[in-house]
Amino acid sequence: MKKIMMDDKAIDRALARVAHEIIERNRGTDKLVILGIPTRGYHLAMRLQNKIEEIEGVRPLAGAVDATLYRDDLGIKKDQPSLKKMDIPISIDGKIIIMVDDVLFTGRTTRAAMNALMDFGRPLSIQLAVLVDRGHRELPIKADYVGKNIPTSKKEGVKVHLEETDGINEVVTEPAID
Amino acid sequence: MRLKRKDLLGIEELSAEEIGLILTTAESFREVSEREIKKVPTLRGKTVINLFYEPSTRTRTSFEIAAKRMSADAVNISVSTSSVVKGETLKDTARNLEAMRPDCIVVRHASAGVPRMLAGYVGCSVVNAGDGSHEHPSQALLDMLTVKEKKGGIEGLKIAIIGDITHSRVARSNIYGFTKLGAAVTVAGPPTMLPPGIEALGCKATTKMDSAISDADVIMMLRIQTERQKESFFPTVREYSSLYGLNSERLKKAKPDAIILHPGPINRGVEISSEVADGPFSLILDQVTNGVAVRMAIFYMLLGAAREE
Repeated sequence: MKKIMMDDKAIDRALARVAHEIIERNRGTDKLVILGIPTRGYHLAMRLQNKIEEIEGVRPLAGAVDATLYRDDLGIKKDQPSLKKMDIPISIDGKIIIMVDDVLFTGRTTRAAMNALMDFGRPLSIQLAVLVDRGHRELPIKADYVGKNIPTSKKEGVKVHLEETDGINEVVTEPAID
Repeated sequence: MRLKRKDLLGIEELSAEEIGLILTTAESFREVSEREIKKVPTLRGKTVINLFYEPSTRTRTSFEIAAKRMSADAVNISVSTSSVVKGETLKDTARNLEAMRPDCIVVRHASAGVPRMLAGYVGCSVVNAGDGSHEHPSQALLDMLTVKEKKGGIEGLKIAIIGDITHSRVARSNIYGFTKLGAAVTVAGPPTMLPPGIEALGCKATTKMDSAISDADVIMMLRIQTERQKESFFPTVREYSSLYGLNSERLKKAKPDAIILHPGPINRGVEISSEVADGPFSLILDQVTNGVAVRMAIFYMLLGAAREE
């Protein structure tokens, strides 16, 4: 049985809070570039871009960073991930990069995305914003901004559904399948 | 999503879905070549051997650059400096190369069917980089990518392929590819260079160039192998050029938005005039750029996932 952990409103409030936290911590929007990890992290990045503009009146640049070519399981998994969009709108040298993903789990995607970014330049800093942190890290990685902590068992599934891709805004957990 | 194949031997055996998948993947790879650091770590530790039994600049360099941009190690063997000149058979060459544990062998050979034979000898992936008059799949894929990029799609387009159809592996691979994706292909050339029964591949054939290009969205000119003139396929280069060459005068008979492709190397003033080859409708250099992206996609799809045992 799937369980709804966040509904439309809860997701929106969490993103609004994260937007405020990003602005507070970086003292404004100067040097900010918001890059989402496709597919859903990208749409969350677009939403954060809008929220930050609503608050500050300045629209930060936003884009996508695809981690596929930097994954550590290529050549191990039988199923091959398809490539997503890479869209880095400006030189990232000296910029504060807000990397956005839907769910933070093992940390491996984050590692891959950071390596991808480093091939594009030398950012001033990289900060990580996620809608859900579900625990079970396999690498020393930690989010700077978290929409909601959802403690899970390792076998459970956590799915983020967004209007843009799934027609509905919700975060659900699904019981272990084995 | 992956290509469930060990080898890429031809377009004939690919489904429309597989071609579509390679083209979409190649579109993503174009971006890597635009970066300041043109390299991704995806195929670290993989080894690609380029085994070319025929001369090539474009194709061999393109495969080599594609492999290197994916962080694979690329080794080039040109036959003039190899043991083949000492009489080693293809089978022995293949087995010896295989013993060095490459992950992929890219092969070009003057005889049709060599890549398929090689694929049977070795456990690693084999990519056909042109075999005789049979197929040249990576060229057709980069042609399709170039057309898709400029025209927004391939279905419903009219493609004219002009020149020596009989000896052209580029023509054969493109006929298979474009018809699979829903385009209508017409081939045109002198009767001595139009193989009887070519229509069985799903294209139309004509000896009149003007009728082939008049409603074409894409005009693909083939290199005329002037060395074949000795074999009397056409009387003189000048006559060939006046009947089947593309110049700005003849181009006026084509649609105003027709695009022009050529697989290279071009014979300026023979099958294509310099004005046209360097003109605004020519995509010859876009083809070369797309060639690297297509070959990166081929390597990614053949070598980027675990092998099914």
